[in-house]
Amino acid sequence: MAAGGFAEAGADLELVGLQKRFPGFTAIEELNLTIPAGSFFALLGPSGCGKTTTLRLVAGLEEVTAGRILIGGKDVTSTKAYQRPVNTVFQSYALFPHMSIIDNVAFGLRRRKIDDAMGKAHEALRLVELDHLAARKPSQLSGGQQQRVALARAIVNRPALLLLDEPLGALDLKLRRQMQLELKSVQEEVGLTFLHVTHDQEEAMTMADTVAVMNKGRIEQLGAPAVLYELPRTVFVANFLGQSNLFSGQVVAENPDSISVDIDGTRIVVPKARAHRTSGHITVGVRPEKLILAREAPVESADNNILGPGRVIDVSFSGVSTQYLIQIPLVGTIVLFAQNMGTGPIVGEGAEVWVSWHVEHGFGLDDEVETGSRFPADTDTATLALQKRHALMSELGED
Amino acid sequence: MLAEAITAPQPRNRRQLPSFGLGKWLLPLYTTLALLFLLIPIAYTFVFSFNDSVKSNISWRGFTFDNWTGVCKAQDVCEAFGNSILIAFVATVAATTLGTMIAIALVRYRFRFRSSISLLLFLPMATPEVVLGAGLAAQFLGAGIPKGLGTIIIAHTMFCISFVVVTVKARVSSIDPALEEAGRDLYGSPAQVFWRITFPLLLPGIVAAALLSFALSFDDFIITNFNSGAATTFPKFVYVAASRGIPAEANVIASAVFILAITLVITTQVSSTLRARRLAAKS
Amino acid sequence: MAFSAFATATATEQAPRRASKVALLLLLPGIAYLMLFFLVPLFSLVITSLQAPAEFGDIGEFDNAFRWENYTTVIGQYSAQILRSFLYAVLATIFALLFSYPLAYFIGVRARPYPLLQKLILVMVIAPFFISFLLRTLAWKQILSDESPVVAGLKALSLLAPDAFLTGTPFAVVFGLTYNFIPFMTLPLYASLERLDTRYLEAGSDLYSTPFTTFRTVTIPLSMPGIVSGVLLTFIPAAGDYVNASREFLGGTGTTMIGNVIESNFLISLNYPAAASLSIILMAVILVLVTAYVKRSGTEDLL
Repeated sequence: MAAGGFAEAGADLELVGLQKRFPGFTAIEELNLTIPAGSFFALLGPSGCGKTTTLRLVAGLEEVTAGRILIGGKDVTSTKAYQRPVNTVFQSYALFPHMSIIDNVAFGLRRRKIDDAMGKAHEALRLVELDHLAARKPSQLSGGQQQRVALARAIVNRPALLLLDEPLGALDLKLRRQMQLELKSVQEEVGLTFLHVTHDQEEAMTMADTVAVMNKGRIEQLGAPAVLYELPRTVFVANFLGQSNLFSGQVVAENPDSISVDIDGTRIVVPKARAHRTSGHITVGVRPEKLILAREAPVESADNNILGPGRVIDVSFSGVSTQYLIQIPLVGTIVLFAQNMGTGPIVGEGAEVWVSWHVEHGFGLDDEVETGSRFPADTDTATLALQKRHALMSELGED
Repeated sequence: MLAEAITAPQPRNRRQLPSFGLGKWLLPLYTTLALLFLLIPIAYTFVFSFNDSVKSNISWRGFTFDNWTGVCKAQDVCEAFGNSILIAFVATVAATTLGTMIAIALVRYRFRFRSSISLLLFLPMATPEVVLGAGLAAQFLGAGIPKGLGTIIIAHTMFCISFVVVTVKARVSSIDPALEEAGRDLYGSPAQVFWRITFPLLLPGIVAAALLSFALSFDDFIITNFNSGAATTFPKFVYVAASRGIPAEANVIASAVFILAITLVITTQVSSTLRARRLAAKS
Repeated sequence: MAFSAFATATATEQAPRRASKVALLLLLPGIAYLMLFFLVPLFSLVITSLQAPAEFGDIGEFDNAFRWENYTTVIGQYSAQILRSFLYAVLATIFALLFSYPLAYFIGVRARPYPLLQKLILVMVIAPFFISFLLRTLAWKQILSDESPVVAGLKALSLLAPDAFLTGTPFAVVFGLTYNFIPFMTLPLYASLERLDTRYLEAGSDLYSTPFTTFRTVTIPLSMPGIVSGVLLTFIPAAGDYVNASREFLGGTGTTMIGNVIESNFLISLNYPAAASLSIILMAVILVLVTAYVKRSGTEDLL
């Protein structure tokens, strides 16, 4: 009955010029994306960035405004949710409360009239190690168990594409880490294509082969987790994936393999290979854990960028490392993480310090210069909901 | 067993409340007295169903089972009772069907005139029965429709719809829309999703709405009185008979209905509580 | 239970899906039914209220007209009954609220650790619904009648004058109204008190307020939605009731309410225009009072 085969292996997902507008606001501007078969792909972004909408469009739970969705090369844009070879693990799990666990898992197979639905369902439950609870009702299971049932209910159908909508969001930290590993191993075992939506950058980086960072309905950057972290392309990515110290200034010198940027009198050198732009006014940055703290002015060298002297305005101890906030005149506030190799902090509040880092650790962004806030103000869910409500109300003209 | 079930506290949400000094004993005492007060007329009706009455059932003349064993000797009582059951049944089926459909539409779809429709559903509940009854009666009069069982059923269906909508709507909004989406995602066609997921989840709300409609219709007098013509129902029979004395058989019927209803309600409440407790104990 | 649903009607609105033919199909039959048998009758009531007696007709025959004086006539003729109805309804509502609040508080807050006890008390509260409305009112008539031990006892205790009586008095009517509508008051109160987070009460006492102050400043405001629903559910049927006040039940010649007047005009003297105009007046007054009350108490989202 369904379009597309239910292959043993995953299929490519291709989004071409995808656009989704809700009355009053645009959730997805224009999305072009190809996810190769068998890969684990994460869509990462803050709430309201359009990642869940993308997922729902792929699942067929929302209708696209423009663009096409292709699964395994086949256009499924106009098919209904129940006709697509796609299954979803919902954020709330959405296990049917009136059915037993085994009936939940067999639901999709039965709708497609597949032989031996029960046998296959038990097999899927064994994969997530819950076969002994097959006769229970969902309400009798813990959160982690429900999550695994939801996973079994989806993968038992051998979908070409498995969609995961923040599936670990409701679990506590420890369980989440454990489930991340389990999900990853299940994916490797069954060889399906996984599209995982999350706002947790650590989760995206540990699980996915490829991460796409989304913001305001657009993909900001796409790539392997390590590449995204090392060479963020935009301010948003630099700040959403981990923390960054960012500086804006004019490129004042260009050498064969590096550029120098002038930050109100201080020069910062960035390798050309690590800069997305090499002329004009640009933003450069460095990760806080790459910084070295010194109580005396370090020796100037071509390999080092030095800022200072400045004052330590805050020290906070977090076990593995200590975070220092350092106020440097004309430059601003710098965040620095220092591994706690010895005991206690190296310097106290008020101390005069210098900050330095290896030139090779800096990066240059592609953004037009943004001044001001470290974290670009993004629409949070509440504002979005409000916008949506206003839009609805004005469309209906009453209520 | 029952007493044990009542007194065994739920350890989970047992918490000490700020005590109101005297209130520690005052409030339970008050509650007991208040409940006794509420039950007085019921006890009276029940006791007088055993009265060896002659014509009117006002003063106590001795104990007898005759009223219970020969209820239908007072034939008009039984006929009125039968009519009431018939009317309540038809009105319940009609109102529950129509009301459930509206409730689903209200929660799950958006459309124009939403607030006007909400108002239209709210108004019958905010209108005194006398006005509802007189209005329909005026309409039947104007249209030349003869009053009878049919007009009573029409009237009862009308005032039950709003109550059904309110009851079922609460249930619909408590269902996570993701459940229906999961059904679609798992290859269920719209019809399959409705009958295998939405409907079973709505069923408790629909049953509650149907029971409420039945009770409202069965006990309605005011609206019935305006639209019944010569047809009679149990409450109407009581009203008409009130001036010349009510036969003890009426008490028998009322008591029997009461016992049936209260047994049904208590059984479902107790079993659902015990089931919840077993579930909690298991997990 | 619908009445608790009525009180909790502020249920979370889910993002509604697009309008569709399905929605129309779902709505059409029920809405058409209500239009035909609720709205149109209200219009017929308005039309009837303006009719004039047929020129050569019999009793009960009227022609369509615009006799606005029907309204002034009934107001002049029945102003006492109209005022009395609202007075009785207000009194019954107040008494029902006073009676129900402690009861609902006990069920909803104190008995919360014992769910089965909660449910059984609730069943007892709605038990009167399961016995015929008319029969339970008649039972009170017998209990309060002159020959009953209750009245004799009160007289023996000198709480009642030797020649006094209870049935047929305004006291008996208000008593009956209160009794009959107590469940309508208790259920919504219970529904809102049940959801009262007892941590607020603890916070109140933690912040140095006495139990009474906590009750006045925390409990009551938080149970306001229940109070509003309960008051409406009691007041509306009480104002239009004519069973309690009728002479065969708890009333007497001096307790006639607007419902009795409508009934006798419509069903006995066949003066349809008078009954209709009184109905319209009753409905209008109730709508005005309800709207004002709901606006004032700030819970406009009742359905």
